[in-house]
Formats: sequence, C-alpha cells, structure tokens
Amino acid sequence: MAIVTYRDALNQALREEMQRDPDVFLMGEEVGVYQGAYKVSRGLLEEFGPMRVVDTPITELGFAGVGVGAAMVGLRPVVEFMTWNFALLAIDQLVNSAAKIRYMSGGQVGVPAVFRGPGGAALQLGAQHSQAFESYYAHIPGLKVVMPATPADAKGLLKSAIRDDDPVVFIEGEMLYNLKGDVPDGDHVIPLGVADVKRPGRDVTIVCHSKTVSVALKAAEQLAEEEVDAEVLDLRTIRPMDTQAVLSAVGRTHRCVVAEEGWPFAGVGAQVVDVIQREVFDELDAPVLRVTGADVPMPYNKHLEKAAKVDPARVVAAVHAVLYRD
Amino acid sequence: MAGTAAPRARTRRSGLDPARADEYRGWLRQMVLIRRFEEKAGEAYSLGKIGGFCHLYIGQEAVAVGSLAVLRSDDYITCSYREHGHALARGIPARAVMAELFGKAPGCSGGKGGSMHLIDASLGFLGGHGIVGAHIPLTTGMAFAAKYRNTDQVAVCYFGEAAVNNGAFHEALNMAALWKLPAIYICENNRYGMGTALERASAIYDISERACSYDMANEVVDGQDVLVMHAAMERAVERARKQKHPTLLEVRTYRFMGHSMSDPIHGHYRTREEVEDQRKRDPIAVWSQRLIEDGLTDQPAVKALDKEIVEEVEDAYRFAEEAPDPEPGELYTHVYANP
Repeated sequence: MAIVTYRDALNQALREEMQRDPDVFLMGEEVGVYQGAYKVSRGLLEEFGPMRVVDTPITELGFAGVGVGAAMVGLRPVVEFMTWNFALLAIDQLVNSAAKIRYMSGGQVGVPAVFRGPGGAALQLGAQHSQAFESYYAHIPGLKVVMPATPADAKGLLKSAIRDDDPVVFIEGEMLYNLKGDVPDGDHVIPLGVADVKRPGRDVTIVCHSKTVSVALKAAEQLAEEEVDAEVLDLRTIRPMDTQAVLSAVGRTHRCVVAEEGWPFAGVGAQVVDVIQREVFDELDAPVLRVTGADVPMPYNKHLEKAAKVDPARVVAAVHAVLYRD
Repeated sequence: MAGTAAPRARTRRSGLDPARADEYRGWLRQMVLIRRFEEKAGEAYSLGKIGGFCHLYIGQEAVAVGSLAVLRSDDYITCSYREHGHALARGIPARAVMAELFGKAPGCSGGKGGSMHLIDASLGFLGGHGIVGAHIPLTTGMAFAAKYRNTDQVAVCYFGEAAVNNGAFHEALNMAALWKLPAIYICENNRYGMGTALERASAIYDISERACSYDMANEVVDGQDVLVMHAAMERAVERARKQKHPTLLEVRTYRFMGHSMSDPIHGHYRTREEVEDQRKRDPIAVWSQRLIEDGLTDQPAVKALDKEIVEEVEDAYRFAEEAPDPEPGELYTHVYANP
C-alpha cells in the first residue's frame, strides 16, 4: 500500500497496462510532448515512444473516430479528451460508431476502447468548461460509464476499463487529480459494475459518485455529530449500474438521498430513484430526494458558482428532509 | 463546368491484354451481378419485403468492382450506406446480402444491420455506415492500426461527394497525411448529395483539389470505365502499401436511380434528359462492348452470363424470403461483449 495521488494512480494504470499489452496505446491532445494537459500521461512518451503515445491535432471528432477504427480491428486505444466538455464534438463517434458496431454487425466487430478525461466543474471556468455529462453517455446501450472517486478506484477501474472488450467512457475529475489516498500494490484491478460502500451507516443511504463522494462523506461527518448514521454508497460505475447494492442499502436504511454534480433533468439520480421505487417501494419510509447541480449553465462569478454546486450543507438538508427533521 | 453531365475524366484507349481475359470477364460478371441484384432489391422494396431506407448502386458498379479487385483479402474496407455493390464485389455471397436486406437471421449482419449496415469481418468488410462522413475517421484508424502493427495492409474508405463538406472528412484526411498512413479515400462523386448538386454545396468543383490541403496524392478518375478505375486504384494501393502514403481518388460517376427508393429518378433536381445522357455511359455497356471489340467475349456469352446471374439473384431472393427471422432473444444479444 502506498499513498498516491489520483493523477499518479491513473498514470500507474496506464503504464502498467501498456507494459502488459502491446495493443494498448494512448492518443489525444497534448498527451505526449506536453506530458498531458493535467499530467496524467507524464513520462509515458519517453517510455513507450510516439507510436504508442500519440499527440493529435485538436480534432476531437477525428481522433475519437481514429480510436474507434483502430479498436474495430483489434487495438485497444485509450483516447484522452482534454475535458469531456470538448468531447461533445466527438459524441457522434461514441454514440453512432463505438456503441453500435457490435450490435449492428450481429456481434462480429467490437470496440475495446477507453475514452477518458476530466468531467464536471473545476473552479470558475465558466459555462462551457463546467459540465457533467455522465447521464448523456449512460443513456446509450453499448457504452459503459465509469467514474472513480478515489486514487485506488481510479487505478483499479482504469485497468479494468482497458481490459474490457466494450467501449468505456471513463470520466475523471479535474478537482480530484491532486487527491491523495492509499493504493494497493501490485496488479490492482477493480471490476466494472460494482458499487462500493465508502462509509457504512444505518439511518440513511447517500448514493453518490465521483466528486459527490467526498461531499457525501463530509455531510455524513456533520450528520454523525447529530447522531445520524449515514451510509455513503459510491456507484463507481454508472452503467452497468450496481442496482443490487443500491437496493440492499436502501433496504437496510429505508431512507435515501441521491447526490450528483450534473443537472437534475433526466440525471443519473433519476435512474436511481426509478429503480428504488420500483423494486423496494415498501421499504421506503420517505420519498427519495435528489441533490443536483443547479439547473442553469455554470456562472463564472465565484459566489454564484458556489451556489450552483452540490455541497455538504445541501446534502445534510436533504437527509434532514428524508428523516422528517427540521 | 457546372453543366449537367458528369465530367469525363481521363480515359485511355489501348488494346486489352488477352492474358488477363479471365480477370476482365470477372469484372463484367461482378458488375452485372450488382446490377441485377440491385434491380431485384428495388423490386423487393416495392413489395414491402425490404424495410427502412434502401439506396441502390445502379450506375456506379465500375467503381466498387474496379477498385476492390486490387485489394488483398486482409485489407480493410468501409463504406457509406450505399454499399450493396461493394459488399457483393468484396465477395459477401448474394444470399447473405439479400437476407440482410430482408432482415433475416442468415444475413451477413444477422438481420440486425439492414441495408445500411452490411458487415463481414472475415472479409475485412467493416460497414455499411449511416452517418455521412463518420466512417472516414474510422478508416484512418484502421490504417493507423496497420502502421502500428507494421503490416502492409491498407484501409479503403468509400463515400459520396457530399461527405467532403463534412468536418470528419477534413479531420480524417489531415491525420492520415500527417502520420503517413496507408489509407485510400475514394470519393464517389455521383454529382448529387441526395437532391443537392455538387456546385450547390461545395465551394470548389474539383474535389480532388481538397487533397492539396493535406499535401496528399490525388487523382480524378473516370468511374464509368472499370479499367481506368482499376489502374488508378493500383497506383493508390502501391502508394499506400509500399510508400505508406494516403491517396484521395475523386471518382466521377453517376447514380442512375434516385437517392433512395422514395426519390424518383428525375424530377426536382435533375432532368430526364440529363439522366438519359448519363445512361449512355452505362459502365456495364461500356465494358462489355470493350471486351467484345477486343475479342475477349461475344454477345452470346454476355447474354449467357446475364442469364446465369439472373438465376443467382433469383436464388438469393428465394433464400432471403424463406430464411428465418432472428430469434426474439436476439433483441438483447450483441449489445455488449461483457454485459
């Protein structure tokens, strides 16, 4: 076990998988000579050379398509988007090519590719650079969507994503890259589709993922001071969703709050609420509440931005509401 | 320049090599197969046996036949949604193609792709793509894979002239030239993107000139002459396989039918006279006449060939009609490798 940043955990996963499998390569803007816009790919060009660490022009649609095409004939590309905001230019290749080819070829051709980069808001980057798009991709049959919240999960899930034979949308967090945590030594692999209890609790379940995991943990600490024991369940993989873990947690706590960074309409939380009300309606002691980003484009002003984001106070307030406490 | 006739690019006239007679007759056979197959597909569509969209290749047969004949079995091919002809020329059996159009289980894509998504991975025939221009970067990626693995495979992409105004075309060709990839981009310029004539959509008329933006080799090819098409493709494949340089071929051709089955042959965007004028250069007539003139076949042999192919297409049609639908459980298969 070693203390590693989220950024370096991703770097380890990339390095180890590229060492393990010569078909794995990395491509994207500034991944090579510049060492990565967020330094996730630091040192990889020097170790693996320019054929396996490929600097691309600023052409998201183009290089995403190159990645899909290379994967269709058996390579295992890791395509880095500098941020998922820019990946909207490439969404056609993810939705219409990567997600569809296996199905429309009757199972003949797969796309074992990973598309990764930071999603969601950082600080004061304004409306076009501060968006959480996981529900867009999770909507699409054929894609998997993975969002690690800790360094250990970042490493273990990225290794699984690279080894997976399906296209994986892997969304990191700019605000998470400096987060430090324990990462197990050796070939640390975490299966996709398995949620993780980040804090066990009896009174309420807070379902969260990515950056909202630390928000939920802070909220749980505050709630502990008032003797409310909150469970924090990190989805880790949005699709396929570990619905059994959600249902079993709610079956134990009977109350649930779902927190996510994205907008409320048709968000990830809507899917969580849907499965809970269908499967364990009788277990509920209160309606499930959602805490989401404000339903607006992200403002630049720092006070307005703060008001638009999910924070521990709003999660605590939602927990109070499902406990009928004022 | 903006006249109605497809510009006639370079044509050459020299004696055919008798030693290649079998190869030449093979091209004629493939072109007639595509023609008869497409006529039958049109008929089946009118009878409601083929659903969705159906884009016929009639008039453009020499492009697929002349170019695909140059490739090796391990090369990669992608197409737009007007790809029945390419699928047949690549060697997907007529039965498997017709069954796919009918949406039946033994179709080359298991009945789950349809007319626009014909795929046979064993032949390197990787679609059949329905979004204009989107498969051009995919092909660049396949050429990248060939270079990555240090093989001498080439990747070939077919698309219509309307796709060149799309960002995907520019992005894909730029990277292929930048990275010196063994890719061949074949623009089948049939004059119309649906109902929009080339000069109403593109600021420049000669699509081949677009390659200059990427310092890429390019050529204008007469797509109604299978021999000319074949020769141009030989040059492009040599360049890709040996020198690792991509090529853009602008192939001037013409679609004798409407854009899809719902589009009449002539009407709002082109005249009957234009279509009739173009039909004078029917690629099958051009080639069969040439073979006859050079004594490599004769009229009775051409007729016999046609009869044999009509029977092959009828067989494919019967096969498709009688073939089973996919099992209901197929609805949920092939979404993921590991769900």
